Amino acid sequence: MIVFENVTVAYDRGAPALHSLDFEIKDGAAVGIIGANGAGKTTLFKALTGLLPFEGRITVNSVEVAKKNLPGIRKMLGYVMQNSDNQMFMPKVSDDMIFGPVNYGMSREEAGKRADEVLGKLNISYLRDRYNHKISGGEKRLAAIATVLAMEPEILLFDEPSSALDPKNRRMLINILNSLGETKLIASHDLDLVLDTCREVMLLNEGRLCAFGSAKEILTDKALLEANGLELPLRYQN
Amino acid sequence: MNKAEKASRELAGAENLAHGDSFIHRMSPLSKLAVTVTYIAVTVSFGKYDFSALAVMALFPVIAYQLALIPVFTCFRKLRMILPLVCAVGLFNPVFDREILFTVGSLRISGGVVSMITLMMKGVFSLMASFLLAATTKIEDICASLRKLHIPKMLVSLLLLTFRYISVMLDEVSVMSCAYSLRSPGSRGVAVGAWGSFLGQLILRSSDRANELYESMVLRGFNGEFEYTRPQSGGAVSWLISAAVIALIFTARFFNLTEALGSLIGR
Ligand SMILES: Nc1ncnc2c1ncn2[C@@H]1O[C@H](COP(=O)(O)OP(=O)(O)OP(=O)(O)O)[C@@H](O)[C@H]1O
Ligand SMILES: [Mg+2]
Repeated sequence: MIVFENVTVAYDRGAPALHSLDFEIKDGAAVGIIGANGAGKTTLFKALTGLLPFEGRITVNSVEVAKKNLPGIRKMLGYVMQNSDNQMFMPKVSDDMIFGPVNYGMSREEAGKRADEVLGKLNISYLRDRYNHKISGGEKRLAAIATVLAMEPEILLFDEPSSALDPKNRRMLINILNSLGETKLIASHDLDLVLDTCREVMLLNEGRLCAFGSAKEILTDKALLEANGLELPLRYQN
Repeated sequence: MNKAEKASRELAGAENLAHGDSFIHRMSPLSKLAVTVTYIAVTVSFGKYDFSALAVMALFPVIAYQLALIPVFTCFRKLRMILPLVCAVGLFNPVFDREILFTVGSLRISGGVVSMITLMMKGVFSLMASFLLAATTKIEDICASLRKLHIPKMLVSLLLLTFRYISVMLDEVSVMSCAYSLRSPGSRGVAVGAWGSFLGQLILRSSDRANELYESMVLRGFNGEFEYTRPQSGGAVSWLISAAVIALIFTARFFNLTEALGSLIGR
């Protein structure tokens, strides 16, 4: 369970990027986080993973996000960053995939086996021995998702998972997201993907929580979406 | 492809070589590091007129490149951007040091010329040795060995991150100069007036990216230790070989092997 209690985040002395957020996310839930550019989606993930300092209290499975607990917290969380270029740092895709598991004490062989499984699941086994700087944008995206899945975290955070993906890979990603039983937070502008993968939706606007509830209800509420700088999912337009 | 992009690819290229599989690649990284450091220290310690004794030091890198199955030529091609700098170091020696050391036929060779050549040789040899280490050993393995030597986590992480960040920075340069040239057709390079903001942007952008890369490592359990490197086998053998090579290096330092060889042949 993830709990935010009165959480405020500000980037060095500027106006807060998140204003006193209060919410709870239950185990196994799939929550879409939507909001216009600059609404605070990425900031929310960075506070949750302890990368940004914040005021208030965040707990993950009853462990408080605080300096001394960070290693444990981060082991529970898998974060697919918005920009995959900044997520992959080893020369080869496979090196990147075993980096996390091995840091957490798994043997190289085991980690390698796990990496192979995940690559197979994502249909990208051919990327295994490719160099990170020599693959396409969408391939990099899938590889970044693979590195996080290989860590088998309890909670998954996806920041724009479908960006750069072609329609077929996007569809595959949706199927994979739906097959994962873990708690998922999915920040995305792809509202159709959110509709297909999330039961609940959290709507942010300028750092404030504007709505949190059933995905179906929020994503069909034209007035609410437009008031917050968004549009209806494509399938509901016209 | 612009220059920065090329440089970035080449850096990645040097790292790609490190995935090769030869006898040298498989040696324990620490022993390679020890040989390289010894080699460079000894090479640099030769006297400034000692070029005949120094010449024999060329043998080590040349043989090692053969064993590593990397053409010596690759090193010069990859490092062609820094080579002139290394060679330029001694350029003024002939001006300052005009004392005649010896004559070849009617050509009088001054101390300056000899010391210039010696200095260049030292630079080139050291460069060849460092390149070979980089080309046969993954940066992570080097860092892991440094950790084994109890070099502080801080310093080792810094080394690793610097290595990673250089490529990040070059990437940014290439992206930015591409964006710049797209919007200023016909201009060669970045106009002087834009240098300030170009540089400022570059530093900000690369530090942002570097920061995010570091975050990504931390989120995946990185704590300054290098658990994820390949466990090295055959450590004993490679240490034995390294010890022998180090002994040879010192022999070359204290006995003028070139002259010894020459007199052997001359006899
Ligand atoms: N490093 C930073 N320094 C200062 N302000 C920042 C920084 N990163 C983001 N902000 C600001 O914080 C606010 C929230 O940004 P955030 O990145 O969380 O938005 P987002 O919802 O992820 O947007 P997008 O959909 O464009 O990814 C924005 O107003 C942004 O300008
Ligand atoms: Mg964002």
